[in-house]
Amino acid sequence: MADLTAPPRESFRLSQLLYDARYRSLTIQVVAAILIMLLLVELVNNTVTNLAALGKDIDFGFLGTTAGYDINQQIIPFSSQDTHARAALVGILNTLLVAVLGCILATVIGVLAGVLRLSKNWLVARIMTVYVEAMRNTPLLIWIYIVFAVMTEATPLPRDFREGGSSSMIFWDSVAITNRGVYLPAPVWGAGSGIVVAIFLLSIAAIFVLRSYARKKQEQTGQQLPVLWMSLGLLIVPALLAFFVMGRPITLQYPELGGFNFEGGIQVRNSFIALWLALSLYTSAFIAEIVRSGILAVSKGQTEAAFALGIQPNRTMQLIILPQALRVIIPPLISQYLNLTKNSSLAIAVGYMDVRSTLGGITINQTGRELEGMLLLGLFYLITSLIISSLMNVYNSSVKLKER
Amino acid sequence: MKKSVFLGTLAVAGLAAGIASAQTTLEQVQARGTLLCGSNEGLAGFAAPDANGVWSGFDVSLCRAVATAVLGDPQAVEFVPLTSQTRFTALAAGEVDVLVRNSTWTFSRDTDLALDFVGVNYYDGQGFMVNTALGVSSATELDGATVCIQTGTTTELNLADFFRVNNISYEPVPVATNAEGQQQYLAGACDVYTTDVSGLAATRATFEDAASHVILPEIVSKEPLGPVVRHGDSEWGDIVRWTLNALIAAEEYGVTSANVRELAAAPTANPEINRLLGTEGELGAMIGLSNDWAVNVIAAVGNYGEVFEQNIGENTPVGLARGLNAQWTDGGLLYSPPFR
Amino acid sequence: MSETHAHSAAFVRTAILPPAAPPPGQTGVLRWMRENLFSSIPNALLTLLALYFVYTILAAILPWTLNGIWDAGSLTECRAIRDERGLSTAACWAVINERWLQLLFGFYPIDAPLLARLFYADELAAAGGMDAVFGPGSNATARIEFVGTMRAELGNALVFFFGYWRPLLALALLVVAVAPVLYNNLPRGMLIFSLIYPFLAVFLLWGGSIWGPISVALGLALSLYILKYAGARFGGLLGGLAMIVTLLCFFFNPLSLLGISGLFPLLPHVSGLLGTILPFGLPAITSDDFGGFMLAIIIGTSGIVLSLPLGIVLALGRQSSMPLIKWVCVTFIEVIRGVPLIVWLFTASLLLNYFLPPGTNFDLLLRVIIMVTLFASAYLAEVVRGGLAALPKGQYEAADSLGLDYWKSMRLIVLPQALKISIPGIVNTFIGLFKDTTLVVFIGLRDPLGLTNAIRATGEWNGIYWELYVFVALLFFVFCFFMSRYSMYLERKLATDRR
Repeated sequence: MADLTAPPRESFRLSQLLYDARYRSLTIQVVAAILIMLLLVELVNNTVTNLAALGKDIDFGFLGTTAGYDINQQIIPFSSQDTHARAALVGILNTLLVAVLGCILATVIGVLAGVLRLSKNWLVARIMTVYVEAMRNTPLLIWIYIVFAVMTEATPLPRDFREGGSSSMIFWDSVAITNRGVYLPAPVWGAGSGIVVAIFLLSIAAIFVLRSYARKKQEQTGQQLPVLWMSLGLLIVPALLAFFVMGRPITLQYPELGGFNFEGGIQVRNSFIALWLALSLYTSAFIAEIVRSGILAVSKGQTEAAFALGIQPNRTMQLIILPQALRVIIPPLISQYLNLTKNSSLAIAVGYMDVRSTLGGITINQTGRELEGMLLLGLFYLITSLIISSLMNVYNSSVKLKER
Repeated sequence: MKKSVFLGTLAVAGLAAGIASAQTTLEQVQARGTLLCGSNEGLAGFAAPDANGVWSGFDVSLCRAVATAVLGDPQAVEFVPLTSQTRFTALAAGEVDVLVRNSTWTFSRDTDLALDFVGVNYYDGQGFMVNTALGVSSATELDGATVCIQTGTTTELNLADFFRVNNISYEPVPVATNAEGQQQYLAGACDVYTTDVSGLAATRATFEDAASHVILPEIVSKEPLGPVVRHGDSEWGDIVRWTLNALIAAEEYGVTSANVRELAAAPTANPEINRLLGTEGELGAMIGLSNDWAVNVIAAVGNYGEVFEQNIGENTPVGLARGLNAQWTDGGLLYSPPFR
Repeated sequence: MSETHAHSAAFVRTAILPPAAPPPGQTGVLRWMRENLFSSIPNALLTLLALYFVYTILAAILPWTLNGIWDAGSLTECRAIRDERGLSTAACWAVINERWLQLLFGFYPIDAPLLARLFYADELAAAGGMDAVFGPGSNATARIEFVGTMRAELGNALVFFFGYWRPLLALALLVVAVAPVLYNNLPRGMLIFSLIYPFLAVFLLWGGSIWGPISVALGLALSLYILKYAGARFGGLLGGLAMIVTLLCFFFNPLSLLGISGLFPLLPHVSGLLGTILPFGLPAITSDDFGGFMLAIIIGTSGIVLSLPLGIVLALGRQSSMPLIKWVCVTFIEVIRGVPLIVWLFTASLLLNYFLPPGTNFDLLLRVIIMVTLFASAYLAEVVRGGLAALPKGQYEAADSLGLDYWKSMRLIVLPQALKISIPGIVNTFIGLFKDTTLVVFIGLRDPLGLTNAIRATGEWNGIYWELYVFVALLFFVFCFFMSRYSMYLERKLATDRR
């Protein structure tokens, strides 16, 4: 009878590779690996053959040659005699600029719209519904076109600002809103301005220290410090003092009307504003829905419990509702930020010189290096997306429900 | 939904792959029965669709002429819309047989991109348009101006060069399409609109107050626009080149769509006309076409002068003068090599 | 007691008072306004602000819209009519009136012979009859003139219904094909039609011989039958191999490596044979003629439908316990999702031909559909993954405890439930994809936005701007709005189902 209880002898048969669950997954993976390798080899092989047939090669040397075109919005200096690589860098910075500012504005508008959609005011709630539905159900590209056209049609020409013209500058002649962009005063950094800036940065750091101190104190003693007023004071007073003590080292250069345009100051171009606004408005509609559903997701019992504990309404929102709602809001918000960043590639529609327009547009077109250009472009977007999503995932895990 | 097309086309593509390499472009076009012509998405006077979807325009007529020469039917053309970014790749990849889309003949395009420019159907140059209210009479006075410019073309390189050489500054406002540039310029978002002079004239013609806009005298570049074919199929290039030359020569010799049949009925006193129209010699056979190919072409679309007048001439909304595009006998640059 | 009480009281009412009307502020409109618009001072201010905001917008838009001129031949005429009527601002809707068919269908050719036979018979006879006008040897220029006058005389409405019956029928049948997937209470037999529909739609839209799509369907059916038959007889592995061999022989040329062509693929032989036996078909139409809103629907629908199987496979792969499979799926999904669609579209337009075997040449529409399918599949994979994650673990364990193998447990237990939860997400992905089809304008396809450029290039309509954008925006809005309402309805329905 011993035979019956003894385990069957392990002898490896070829069929086990297919029918034995222990080996099957290995078999499948090996086969898959071979197939994928074959596919990749085939792709590379095809590409090389096709390129050779067209008399082309793969060469990134074009990045070092002279670009030959101008870019209007430059965060770093650029002239037409610089290289294609630098043009790509200028484009990358422009993309990042509009993406970051777009995310901020979209969040602000989106939260506002989402909260107002829940407003008890019928009219306001309805307007917000119309806004959200109109934005969500029409292609972004059309919105970009429309916002851009409104921007150029509804704002005055620079020449209207001349003597006797129909428009004038606002904020004590410091800001001009024209259909070529908004002209703002530019700061001029004189001697000693470094100290003012340093003190300003120091006071920002001090605010963070103050806040953590206040929180600790509240947790230990229950006493609440007037954090808001203290931070405001910290933010403004030392920097202002330093500013006057150093003899007003920072001055403003106001934009002035020159031959064709305003000169001096900072020009925020219309193409940028249009893209920024359109991206923010479009994305904010999605964020509004996320915020709305996030707030609705917090059960009413939480509010009632807070009230029963005697917590004031605004602190209820701040301490009870928002932290719970945020947990629902954050993950879809991340993907909206990612969408906004990717959608910024529609800059081509308004002629904003982002990385798709410089590296992926003019450079490819002038050099005929579409394979290399698209590869670099895709790589840039991929890396940006991965960075954003991993940063947000870190934050996401920090607000996640912590079970003890 | 389209799984079957996918697979079907995969199969057909696999099948075609074996044949494609063996066939010349001419054979492909004749087997297909239509000419694939890379065209503009829409440019006033050069290529535009009417309400029935029938395309017409200066560039379109050249496509129709080639179709007539090869297939005997001016309507046997499929117009493939190409953007300024995709046009050369599409031609190189064989998606179109010929590209007639305001493309400037440059050294690097002709050599590096493995394409062949087979002639010039319009001599253009980059110019500037400004509002008369600015009081500008020369492009050198444009220091500090905002300039609207179509991206993805040679114009932005020319522009950068012009302002750099003259040591004056400018602010480029890139736009994606001509329509957008027009809207920006009219709204005053830029002081200057720059593109080929033909495009400027076509754009200005549509303004409500065309008189208050002026095209400045400076022409900052040479823009010879012409049909493009793939490098490596010289026979096909010859057909396109000589179709264009036939249109030009026809005007020179006074052959029009009205009198071409009559002139082709019997040999005339002018041997050039006879050879062009196939009543003398066997020129058609030399490029693989019938002997009366030029007769069909001219009867279908007219000679160069007629095409010009119908689409972009002074009596059309575009209103261009012949200028450089006059026959060499009238002081222009059009000069067809002899048909012999 | 009551009696004495009655006597001691000075006055006792004997009849019930008629109910008094509530105070004026507590009823009807006034009360509603007080509660909903003016409940507090900040609220009242907000209301006034909102009212002013609405007024400003309407004051800017309404006169322009309502004064619109519908009957003019060109922008210049529009402006003349506007000045004649003394209006300061007026939309020129005439461009929509003239070109709406083009914006809907692009340059898709109309079925002119049908229109002529039905509504234009007298003129057709005058022009020499059907063969003289539309026959093979007829003069193309004369035909185009004939069709042009016919269209102008019949009017756009008639042309819409009868000239474009092929895309319209395809759209109507699409609704029929999709209905059983979305509504559970329809007969299950309709699903067979859903399977046939793709081939039917291709035949209707692209035309050509009917035997082309039928042969492809036959080839697929044959492969599946072989899989089933051989699988049952010789085991799954041999069945799979047999299917692959059948597919290869039918659709590809496995002998191409040896340099032999002609015998394989079998597909053209089958369709050619069937075509010679019983020639039947519609006039063939090339992809270059496709355009307008129809193009957006075709790209969006085929993108979603084709990407669904791929998306499911990717989602399952992402959950796989096999590291290599999981790694490949994650990489694919992240790479696709990390790069904007416009970059993928440029890849399709500029680069896809480089990756394919030399000499292969798809038309651009097909390349875009392939790219959009890959793009959508990554997004769908995430949607389906959400659906898979939402299923209670007990469902997986129950399937395992029944002894079902992986594919059976997925097919019979997990996926039906997960997909049902995912339908709203799939519809939302579809809406997003549908809106994104406008991006194809950048690679030169004639989508509605691209057509606005083409229309503006004509002498008559050069300089027109807002009207076309408003029309295109409205088209998209109506379509997407109803889709999103539908997805919300589904979400509500599913929510009650699972309660």
